[in-house]
Amino acid sequence: MLTYILRRFLYSIPVLVAASFLIFAFTVTTADPLSELKQVRNVNQNAIALITKEKHLDKPVIVRYGYWVRDAVTDKFGTTIFGDRPIWDDLKRVIPNTLQLLLAAEIFSVLFAIIIGVYSAIRQYSVFDYLATSFSFLGLAVPVFWLALILQVVVTNIFLKWDIRIFYTAQLSSVDPGHGFHFFVDRVQHLVLPVTTLVVVNVAGYSRYMRASMLEVINSDYVRTARAKGLTERRTIMKHAFRNALIPLTTLVALDLGLLFGGAIITETIFALDGMGLYFIHALDDGDPYPLMAWLMITAVMIVIGNLIADIAYGFLDPRIRYE
Amino acid sequence: MSNQPHIADDHVDGFGRSSSLEDARETHAGGIVLPGEPTHAAADTDAIYEHGVDIKARSHWAYARKRFLRHRLAMGSLIVLIVILLCGVFADRIAPYSYDQLDLTNIASPPTTEGHHYFGTDLLGRDYFSRVLFGIRTSARVAFIVAILAVIIGTAIGAVAGYFKGWPDNLLMRFTDLVLTLPGLAVLLVAARFLGGGSQYRVAIILSLLFWTGLARLVRGTFLSLREKEFVEAAKASGSGDFRIMVRHMLPNSLGPIIVSATLLVAAAILVESALSYLGFGIAPPTPALGQLISEGQQNMLTMWWLVTFPGLTITLMVLCINFIGDGLRDALDPTQRRIRA
Repeated sequence: MLTYILRRFLYSIPVLVAASFLIFAFTVTTADPLSELKQVRNVNQNAIALITKEKHLDKPVIVRYGYWVRDAVTDKFGTTIFGDRPIWDDLKRVIPNTLQLLLAAEIFSVLFAIIIGVYSAIRQYSVFDYLATSFSFLGLAVPVFWLALILQVVVTNIFLKWDIRIFYTAQLSSVDPGHGFHFFVDRVQHLVLPVTTLVVVNVAGYSRYMRASMLEVINSDYVRTARAKGLTERRTIMKHAFRNALIPLTTLVALDLGLLFGGAIITETIFALDGMGLYFIHALDDGDPYPLMAWLMITAVMIVIGNLIADIAYGFLDPRIRYE
Repeated sequence: MSNQPHIADDHVDGFGRSSSLEDARETHAGGIVLPGEPTHAAADTDAIYEHGVDIKARSHWAYARKRFLRHRLAMGSLIVLIVILLCGVFADRIAPYSYDQLDLTNIASPPTTEGHHYFGTDLLGRDYFSRVLFGIRTSARVAFIVAILAVIIGTAIGAVAGYFKGWPDNLLMRFTDLVLTLPGLAVLLVAARFLGGGSQYRVAIILSLLFWTGLARLVRGTFLSLREKEFVEAAKASGSGDFRIMVRHMLPNSLGPIIVSATLLVAAAILVESALSYLGFGIAPPTPALGQLISEGQQNMLTMWWLVTFPGLTITLMVLCINFIGDGLRDALDPTQRRIRA
């Protein structure tokens, strides 16, 4: 098991290096980040020359990649082209925000998905099952950004009409969020809408998954044996079936955990949440390859780790799986 | 197996009682008809013998078609989708206005039948019903191009990897892993930003460069198992070349899953394209696309709800229909299912 993990880990290093080089070469060769600056008439040519020299923009791609790797390793991803801001300072600010949003969303998604999935599997073809199925088909078909906008419209209109402030539709905190309990309530009011958006989409997928694996387990021989032994239905479902049916969902969630660090690009943009996703969009608007590279590398490393955790969890939970 | 003759008798639920000995034995093993026993089933058989049997050959595809036609949800979705797509294709004839035409007498009008503004108008007096119709055309065109390109790339890569095994397999699958390691939406956004989105064809090509991975894995899997089958060995023994074996023998036998995932790719492409266009990195105005309509309507969505609602509903409806069709196809093309769904 340990050698398997180690080998997988070592093996992902060349993949990451190759991916980072490809993306770096792509972003660096396809666009000149200074092109807009150069079009401004009264900009100091010396400033452009200085940035070009300092950021090695005139060097060949492979050399620039070398400089980037050096900065990434020794200087925490270095600084941005515009304004020379340290990238790591920004990341340090946005990562906790993203984690708050996405961990909350993930926890609620898993909780709802398990309840809905298990219940519709036990009562297959019941009214509840049909409702849950329709809901998840809708959730998989609805565009995330549209759902978010509709939520904003509804909540804002409630505020405008009846002057009731239930949830906020933008940002993470009010201007003056207060302390302690007040701060917490304020934060929750800000997070409810983005979390709801993410939960609807996640639950649609997860609950189908949970239902399928629960159905498979319920119809298996050992569950019939448990019933034949005379166990109560409740005990059969909870003690015997449920625990095994959880395994596939666990690995799926572990895979998605890797994606958490990338943030929810669309949701964070719409709700103006100062997280990784919004950071990515801002970097993209600037056309600055360095913060983009930092974002992509952190996300890719986390995805690799997530995949690894999923594998380990699978081997740990299902004794039939053996890694060599 | 697939070309065996079966009696055209739907009441036996597609069990397909046939005249061949092999199937008779199957029926026996199933305990339905025991020879020599005076059951009413045997009487049935006698009646059939007297009457003579109608034997109609049905291929696997004929069964699949029949199963799909009986799948109510999938058929309903197919009809709705065709109507939507026809509206998009003939947008310039159906739409009461052109997508950039200004109706200055009806600015910011809510949905009304007056002046045929079924989905309302925006602040410039552009008719949103017409804009949505033209948007359907753009989004559907992009999605179909993406699906076709992704199927070609994915099938080619998966087929080569699965057929040759060894180092080509290793190389291609590691490359697939590499693409899958990257966060998809982010890479698409980066590609669209730096290559420049804007044109619908460019957006379609960018999307298809990331959409092939799932299909490549799927085709590789089926090819890996098919290459060990006897009919491939027979084809090899009779001197067929690698290309011929792949295209003429193995590909037709893996078409089912390919068709299903191609269908689902269309739905995914519609969603991702609309997200790209919404974020401003996809299809650029004046060409209307559904996601872009939503982002344009967003500025006034609090007072003019229709600007955001109708394009979004259209996307949802299209994706929903395609997913249902994909589900129906999956059921219909599953060769383990002999039963024709009622």
